[in-house]
Amino acid sequence: MVDVVKEHMLSILKKGKRSDARGFEDFREIKIEYNISKSAEGSAKVSIGDTEVIAGVKLELTEPFPDTPDEGGIMINVELRPMSSPDFELGPPSHEAIELSRVVDRAIREGHALDFKKLCLKKGESCWMVIIDIYPVNDAGNLFDAAGLAAMAALQETKFPKIEENNVVNYKESSGKKLPLKAMPLCCTVVKIGDYFIVDPDNEEEKEVDAKLVVGILEDGNLCSMQKTGEMGLDANELEKMVDLAIKKTKELRKVLSK
Amino acid sequence: MSKLLVEERQMVVPGQVLAEGMDYLPGDLVLRDKDVLVSQVVGVVGVNGRLIRITPLVGTYVPKAGDIVIGKVVAVGFSGWRIDIGWAFEANLGLKDASSDFIDKGSDLTKYFAVGDYLLTQIVNVASTKIIDVGMKGPGLRKLSPGRIFNVGAMKVPRIIGKQGSMISLIKEYTGCKVSVGQNGTVWLSGDNVENELLAISAIELIEKESYTSGLTERVKTFLEKNKNG
Amino acid sequence: MVNVTKRIDGRKQDELRPMEAKVGIIKRANGSAMFKIGNTIAIAAVYGPRELYPGFLQHPTKGILRCEYNMMAFSGSGDRVKPGGSRRAKEISLVTQRALLPVLDLSAYAGAVIDVFIELVQTDAGTRCAGITAAAMALADAGIPMKDLITAVSVGKAGGKLVTDLNYLEDSEEGGVDLPLAMSTRTGQVTLLQMDGILSKEELKELLALGKKASEKIKEVQVKALLDKFSGKE
Repeated sequence: MVDVVKEHMLSILKKGKRSDARGFEDFREIKIEYNISKSAEGSAKVSIGDTEVIAGVKLELTEPFPDTPDEGGIMINVELRPMSSPDFELGPPSHEAIELSRVVDRAIREGHALDFKKLCLKKGESCWMVIIDIYPVNDAGNLFDAAGLAAMAALQETKFPKIEENNVVNYKESSGKKLPLKAMPLCCTVVKIGDYFIVDPDNEEEKEVDAKLVVGILEDGNLCSMQKTGEMGLDANELEKMVDLAIKKTKELRKVLSK
Repeated sequence: MSKLLVEERQMVVPGQVLAEGMDYLPGDLVLRDKDVLVSQVVGVVGVNGRLIRITPLVGTYVPKAGDIVIGKVVAVGFSGWRIDIGWAFEANLGLKDASSDFIDKGSDLTKYFAVGDYLLTQIVNVASTKIIDVGMKGPGLRKLSPGRIFNVGAMKVPRIIGKQGSMISLIKEYTGCKVSVGQNGTVWLSGDNVENELLAISAIELIEKESYTSGLTERVKTFLEKNKNG
Repeated sequence: MVNVTKRIDGRKQDELRPMEAKVGIIKRANGSAMFKIGNTIAIAAVYGPRELYPGFLQHPTKGILRCEYNMMAFSGSGDRVKPGGSRRAKEISLVTQRALLPVLDLSAYAGAVIDVFIELVQTDAGTRCAGITAAAMALADAGIPMKDLITAVSVGKAGGKLVTDLNYLEDSEEGGVDLPLAMSTRTGQVTLLQMDGILSKEELKELLALGKKASEKIKEVQVKALLDKFSGKE
């Protein structure tokens, strides 16, 4: 079977270009808008080209888990609502939605973005649970990077609500105190189409992806999470090349975040 | 006493009252509701004597017999192919309509068209919204070679093609791209380089955006002249 | 009936909160729109006509309209709204579908479905009305033939007075009345009507009049947003 769309795409890649004239290592334009939902304790909208993702943080006062009595926690949930793409359906989260949630979750959790100890109010009794809900509004490709960026941008903005007597949270009033962020893990995706490695695939490119690597990366260039997807395998050289590219590009992503 | 409430070429929205009284007659996408005529879509008013019609600026493609469309082969069966033509239901391409050659029932149909192929095809019959036949027997109908596939608003296709194909010829001339536009809004495009392909796409986008204005051919020409590559 | 005492947020009795609307915000959808009223933000996307599964749900002579209302998990005014839907969201989805259906002509789409997805980003009461108002614009953006735009607003009773466009504090007031209303302003047909609270017949009449007046103002915003998109002003 000859896939005429893929063949044409490969003929362009062969000339060192992409279908929208970007270079292999070019992101589309990235924009971040903060505080897009006043109901959340922190929120942000990230757009990468036509891809648009919003993230909102809610803080819940709860009991610590028995195995970590002096720590708060984090939960990340990505919903691929059918609003954002004709390919998404109503109903319980799909495998793709769960993978996306878990990959972003791992980057942020394992990258120690939050100081869980500082989220504990009283050992064994009360702590904050940080819940990040992420929704693509328009899926034009590269949701992993957009979701990771949106989550971190929303966390940057998050302020604790006020606690009233008897540990009742007053969501209407902010305490003014920001979340204890201690690292900035970001996700960067590198995909392989034919023999070519590109970043920030759009939705047309994503249809033709052979293999994909999502890397969570910290400020110092260390890796904090990885996820290989796609139908084809990757050898050690290719993996190294893709990780190098991801490290390089994350530095640029970071600049967009530090407003 | 009848009264016209809009002007020729005015842009209107659904529910907008176009005329009062019984003297005016409803044309395309105009609804008579008691003693008023209202627009059913976002579009541009055309008044021809007492007939008021709306040229839509939006809308999804609904198949009609005779339409030339671009479709994708999504399944191959024993007696034909299933084609996605950008409509809610797939169309059927039968052995008889697929080729002027005789195709033996039970032969390997993927020799002709395989899943993933794109076809410039014609709708030969619409029995219902769910029973649609397409055919490949007609001038220019063919399997498409490697190229880009993208969608434009189906309502904008007449403007993109232009009178006697004038607009699309202009784009081909300036960009050297090969372009086929299906009436279902699916476009196939292939050029020598990315820059020319993107120029052709930008010109098509310009036509889509300004489809309701007059003097568009001149503006597209100026645009292509100004932005032409090399 | 003239009462100069202002409402909790300083508005007059018949005053709407500030509004904003934008059409064509989701590129992958066939039609889309955003509607903001006060601190309530709704976005709506329309997909279709597309094939309806399972087949037994299909209608032989016309398209089906399916609506789904959802609050994003962080959009509530208190605790996180757990994803996965609620009885409330299901009911709102249904009344939204009924509010929009009377103006739509789906006769060309036999067997197919038109999907309307409404998501709330931020809420301060009036969410179902904001969703319906956004959805009507999104349907027009998708080019589904319709007899009129549908415009929705909540009217009711707060602080003992009949008011337009209740905010969260007014809506949650003890002894208050909330009456969400959707209508075709051109024909005066009411397509959504719900009410909770205690109301006299005379008050209902007055509220319907308040609702009509407010709907006409909201419709101006809808029409402008549509014309702005298609004349390239955005």
